[in-house]
Amino acid sequence: MTIQTLLWLLPLPPLLAFALIILVTNRWKALSHTLAIGAAALSWLGSMFICWTVFRLDGLAEHPIGSTIQWLPTGADSWLSIGTRIDPLAAVTLFFVAWTVLFIFIYSVGYHNFGQPQGDHDRAGLPPEGATLKGKGHHRVPSIEPMYSRFFAFISLFAFAMYTLVVSDNLLTLYIGWEIMGLCSYLLIGFWYGKKSARDAAVKAFLTTRVGDVFMLLGLVGLYKAAGTLSYAGIFGNEEMLHTLATTGSGILGLSQAGLFGLLLFIGTVGKSAQFPLHVWLPDAMEGPTPVSAMIHAATMVSAGVYLSIRIFPLVSQSETALLVMSIIGAFTALFAATIALAQNDIKRVLAYSTISQLGYMIAALGVGAYVAAAFHLVTHAFFKALLFLGSGSVIHGMEHGVLHTGEHVDPQDMLNMGGLRVKMPITFWTFLIGGFALSGFPLVTAGFWSKDEILSGAFAGGHWVVFATLAVSALLTAFYTMRQITLTFLGQPRTKAAAHAHETPLTMTLPLMVLSFFAITAGWVGIPKAFPVLGGLINPWFEEFVGSMLPAHGEAAEAGHSLVPLFTSLVVALGGLYLGWLVYSKVKAGAKDPFARALPGLHRVLQNKYYIDEFYQRAFIRPARWVAEEFSYRIIDRGLIDGILHGIAGGGLGLGRFTRDQVDLPVWNHFVEWLMARVPALGRVLKGVQTGRVQQYMVIAIAIAVVVGVLFVYFFVLA
Amino acid sequence: MTLSQVFFLAVAAITLFAAVMVVSTRRIMHAALWLVLSLFGVAVLFALLQSGFFAVVQVVVYIGAIAILIIFAVMLTRQVMLDVGPQLNRGWWIPAVLVAGLYAALVGVLSTWSQFQAQAGPLAPEANDLSRFGQALVDLNAYVIPFEIASVLLLGALIGSIFVASERKG
Amino acid sequence: MIPLSWYLIFAAALFCIGLFGVLARKNAVAILMGVELMLNAVNINLVAFWRYLYAPDLAGLTFVAIVLVAAAAETAVGLALIISVYRRRSTVVVDDLSLMKG
Repeated sequence: MTIQTLLWLLPLPPLLAFALIILVTNRWKALSHTLAIGAAALSWLGSMFICWTVFRLDGLAEHPIGSTIQWLPTGADSWLSIGTRIDPLAAVTLFFVAWTVLFIFIYSVGYHNFGQPQGDHDRAGLPPEGATLKGKGHHRVPSIEPMYSRFFAFISLFAFAMYTLVVSDNLLTLYIGWEIMGLCSYLLIGFWYGKKSARDAAVKAFLTTRVGDVFMLLGLVGLYKAAGTLSYAGIFGNEEMLHTLATTGSGILGLSQAGLFGLLLFIGTVGKSAQFPLHVWLPDAMEGPTPVSAMIHAATMVSAGVYLSIRIFPLVSQSETALLVMSIIGAFTALFAATIALAQNDIKRVLAYSTISQLGYMIAALGVGAYVAAAFHLVTHAFFKALLFLGSGSVIHGMEHGVLHTGEHVDPQDMLNMGGLRVKMPITFWTFLIGGFALSGFPLVTAGFWSKDEILSGAFAGGHWVVFATLAVSALLTAFYTMRQITLTFLGQPRTKAAAHAHETPLTMTLPLMVLSFFAITAGWVGIPKAFPVLGGLINPWFEEFVGSMLPAHGEAAEAGHSLVPLFTSLVVALGGLYLGWLVYSKVKAGAKDPFARALPGLHRVLQNKYYIDEFYQRAFIRPARWVAEEFSYRIIDRGLIDGILHGIAGGGLGLGRFTRDQVDLPVWNHFVEWLMARVPALGRVLKGVQTGRVQQYMVIAIAIAVVVGVLFVYFFVLA
Repeated sequence: MTLSQVFFLAVAAITLFAAVMVVSTRRIMHAALWLVLSLFGVAVLFALLQSGFFAVVQVVVYIGAIAILIIFAVMLTRQVMLDVGPQLNRGWWIPAVLVAGLYAALVGVLSTWSQFQAQAGPLAPEANDLSRFGQALVDLNAYVIPFEIASVLLLGALIGSIFVASERKG
Repeated sequence: MIPLSWYLIFAAALFCIGLFGVLARKNAVAILMGVELMLNAVNINLVAFWRYLYAPDLAGLTFVAIVLVAAAAETAVGLALIISVYRRRSTVVVDDLSLMKG
């Protein structure tokens, strides 16, 4: 099978699995997850084959592999073509998507307690509450998810959308995959729809990303109108087209067309990748099951946003303003989200904010022109963030086990309730440690160090001091809150009985952790810069050349030389942050408050409440909208104006009605109608004769009329 | 008057006479037999029009199948219909007048048409190429959809008539 | 040679005779025979138009084939209905079947 054919087939297995699970195998849980994982494995196999082939090709960027078909006729002779294509960027994205998706699928089997008994009181739409084992007294164990098959159907659809997005060769099919993912994230965040918080979070995620998507659609439409095509090759690979777009004014804010459409598309990224100010949905999305968090926050949806931004970089880079906007939003988000993460106690929320922060890194990297670094960080981040989310799910799972076992009423997601889990859950601990160190950029070993270092040196080399400083500070904060998380969760002594009775999770959950931690370390080695002291050149910096070949003007920033300043900065911030985090949090006792909250209570409260942005949106947008709806539209317009008019009309009508009844109806009509009524039966008797019930007579009448009308028609219209 | 014209007139006269007998004869079985003759006349006219295929189809489908089916139906429903009394409705003259009017109107309208007296040119050899016709019936760019719909219609009629005519218990 | 008009006049006559049968006959089977005559008239028209005006084009012939199919289907269903009615009411005289009488 050629690569071209394989690319078309790549997204299909998960789609088929989705359809089969929904339509056929819904009742058989084992069959459902076998189907879903089998489909994911098929796609994974295909992806690996493709990656293995194209990674060794020279000049893939100039001659991407792919094929197109004519899809929609858009005029007399023009077609809207869609197609698939694999180029270096798509290849590396495909690589990490395939790995993470497959292992998230496998992990879900364990996470949803496959093999455990049915719950005592579990209901569809609520998380399983545990089952009581008969025979051993009151022994409670986790119970299987009631909507197990449904979950696998949804994540299969999600995987289908992600594969579609990655292999497509144009912005339209990318947008289709993008929107299907929006739907899936809505369905999955609201998976436990019995909880009000989950329902609200699902609606919030959908509406917030929708805001971005609308702008993105505007950008697509505008771009299509201006360029006449939506294919990557036709826009981003076409120097002439880029030049035309860059030099034609758009008439809005003095931007060129390239800048305007680039920014509009970028707003789509802001929504999908949860950048400030549309970041509010992502932390709430933690209401979904943990594999969903990993799926949304690592492998697929948020990556899709950054992927789009990297895709449109050739367009955006035509406009200085657009680049500036990107770097400001990215750097600000990176710092802003990192500060919030400092004060969160929910293990998953910390990760959610760190995701926002890391995505900000990538956007900022793009803004300063560090194209390769952004793609590099996208890949490494996908691996270690998927690892961290799955690890946190494993922790929560272990804690839930402890909670069920002891009957203690504590929140299994609150890190202050944990502690000492390294003994109980060694595999989870070590893999989480690897992920956390990768996130904080632990020097030399982890993937996160290399990609983060690359971003910092990109910003430094380009002379973007503000961005560099902001990113350095947020890297320090990242290391700090990561260590805080690790310390609170795994080190020290258990702070609750539940934590003391936590349990290591089954192999289906720990295996993905181990595989992903392998990548969290090694994924960075393909991008060690040549100029790096001692290590540089030991391993060929293949990533740089491979992805960097996507840019025609490649090499300006990269050739600027590797300075030691960013290197030392990243060393200092990573190690310093980790040490500080350990220092502050290693002594937290059971029931004690967060030391940070004791030291700086005011700041802590602000951060814990996420700068009150949700409250601000509530006041600034939601309440006014509600006020307009309730007070203005309903009370004033509806009740006052429209109802007033209606009442007036009704009153007038009533008066008129009275008048006609008394003056006209009673005297005139009633007498007439009574007279008429007396004659109706007679008329009926006459007409009855026509109604013979004989079909042939009806037909004679019908044909006679048709003939007469036809003759008249011909006589008056045709012959005249 | 050429030979073919004479032949046409003879066939047309026989066909029309048979058709009149179909609608007027008292014995329903005779009507069915007249119908066979009339259908055969139509088949001859198809042949005159150089459409040999449809002439054969006319004989096979109409005479071989439909007419026989009708004869069967006549036999099945014959018991009480001993063909006594008039076989036409009481007011039969009303339809007679009506169809006479319709005929006059049709011919009148047709005669004003410019192609009314058109003569046939020589027939292109591929016009009667049956394999071409068969290809067109299953060609995506030609008539595959009408063809398939006709197939479904036949199937529907088959199942429907079995369902309607079969004896139901209870 | 034979002009197109002869065929058209002949077909119109056959059609009208068939129509008369449909409108005037008492027996349902005979009515069906009238319908067959009308359909044949239509087919004559179609083939004649094809021969005189559109010869190598296949649309006319396809139309004829479809009419044949429709006629076969119609006869089958019609006769099935007649037999079914006969079984219940023991008559096929249409005048007796006047459930719709007002």
